[in-house]
Amino acid sequence: MKTLLIGEYREGKLLDSTYELLGFAGQMSAETSMLLVGSETQLPTYSGTLYLAEAATCGEYNPGLHKKLILEAVQKESPDLIVFLHSSYGWDLAPRVAAALKAAQISEVIAITDGGFEVGCCNAKMRRTVKPATAQAVLTIQAGAFPVLQSGGTPNIQKLTAAGDCTLEFVGYEPAEKKDIDLAKAEVIVSAGRGIGKKDNVPAIQALAKALGGELGASRPVVDAGWVEHSHQVGTTGQTVSPKLYVACGISGAIQHLAGMKKSDFIIAINKDKDAPIGEIADVLVVADVMQFVPALTAKVLR
Amino acid sequence: MKLLVCIKQVPDLESRFKPDAAGVWYNETDLAFRMNEYDEYAVEQAVQLREKLGEGTELTVLSIGPDRVVEAIKKSLAMGCDNAAHIQDQAASAKDPWQIASIIAAYAKDKAFDIIFTGMQSQDRGSAQVGVTIAEQLGFACTTTIVGFDYVDGTITAKRELEGGIKGVVKLKTPALVTCQLGLNVPRYPTLPNIMKAKKKEIVAIPVADLLTEESLTTTASFHPPAKKGGGIVLEGDVADLVEKVIAILKDKTTVLR
Repeated sequence: MKTLLIGEYREGKLLDSTYELLGFAGQMSAETSMLLVGSETQLPTYSGTLYLAEAATCGEYNPGLHKKLILEAVQKESPDLIVFLHSSYGWDLAPRVAAALKAAQISEVIAITDGGFEVGCCNAKMRRTVKPATAQAVLTIQAGAFPVLQSGGTPNIQKLTAAGDCTLEFVGYEPAEKKDIDLAKAEVIVSAGRGIGKKDNVPAIQALAKALGGELGASRPVVDAGWVEHSHQVGTTGQTVSPKLYVACGISGAIQHLAGMKKSDFIIAINKDKDAPIGEIADVLVVADVMQFVPALTAKVLR
Repeated sequence: MKLLVCIKQVPDLESRFKPDAAGVWYNETDLAFRMNEYDEYAVEQAVQLREKLGEGTELTVLSIGPDRVVEAIKKSLAMGCDNAAHIQDQAASAKDPWQIASIIAAYAKDKAFDIIFTGMQSQDRGSAQVGVTIAEQLGFACTTTIVGFDYVDGTITAKRELEGGIKGVVKLKTPALVTCQLGLNVPRYPTLPNIMKAKKKEIVAIPVADLLTEESLTTTASFHPPAKKGGGIVLEGDVADLVEKVIAILKDKTTVLR
């Protein structure tokens, strides 16, 4: 089994998530080579072959050109699997490579199973086992699903150059919105999810946060709906937190949210859906109507 | 200008899912279906562009599936799409993303669309592949996961959402395809007059066999619930009792009440 791992690089830095690709390959007991559009000054600790193109000339986001570079490495290596992270870089680029090779693509792999790959579906409530029907396959692996593996060493660099194919122009990055609160420092976070029903119910969640001496957090849908400001958002595109106590109120537990809070010491989830994926990581799942339970709990805490 | 928006109908994700007879997807019995949430943002963005460009612009909405998907198509028409294509397929859920993308590309290839909008992914399958694959098959420029969109004279300026709340700003020339992320806009609710008006809009039905030429590139071996990791306590019952139990747990397992 040969794998070609596609590393990630952003704003002039190698991203640590790159090492999760090696964790995946390790679990597959697969031979590896790696491709990175990055910089010689930011090399991964890795002792295999590294196909390297310079981001300074190829751009950090230029999928048409990156696809060409990957196809060049695929030609040289003939890998069985071409593995990306399921990230804004990976899910954008992987289908382009798969289409060019007419190879099977399996998205957001969370585990390796007998002859196939396990992926989540139905908002992470269910699983599918999927097998490629082509000799060569493209995978994207879920962030955090495989361990970080740093084998050490210095890569054997094979430089790649490709030109042209600018179907789009990358203008630049916009920094994340300023955070008026630093949730990472909070010892208690009480977060509101879509299950609270409406904006008018936010103060009830905030009241519990205050009663417990903590801060208000929120899931993405609540922020998108304008119920709570973005600075309170917990998850992949918000803040990553690990408080002593995390209380998830009406949060179903989309993977992007779980990734931002699963390292909390103790997790209590309140949800009327007993099968909500938040139950998978919660220490306590309270099956109840959030707006009945939370005010009652707040009153009791304050007494 | 010609615009296309592709939508999928998915079950309410709060439902309980049971495997179908073949054990490879969910059993549809008792499930309520609605428009994929990501696609609502795609439709809204397409309608906003349609309104901005005014006369001479045509916005088509497309969906693949059995008759039930007509309901999602009608909602899109009531939101402001001009006409619709219903690609009739009783077995759409058995097709992999490559086949779904190929069907849409086969439909679109001789219609000279300038911009195609899709959701970033579906809530049930979640492959995030179909939009990008359509663009590759048609040779369109493409960017994904957008939370900002503007169009002026053949150029789209889009903001991509990246990890950690950073955004990437991208310009692309039409013909182009964009995949839409949650929060891109505020999808409108169809008004009653627009729902009435939508009844007169044309929905062209096309049998999937007319467009499908590709074999599936993947096979699904099983559909199942996640293995329970255990450890977590599930509390059910009367709210007052639940509160007592949770207070006891907070005192026992955490330091927040001391």
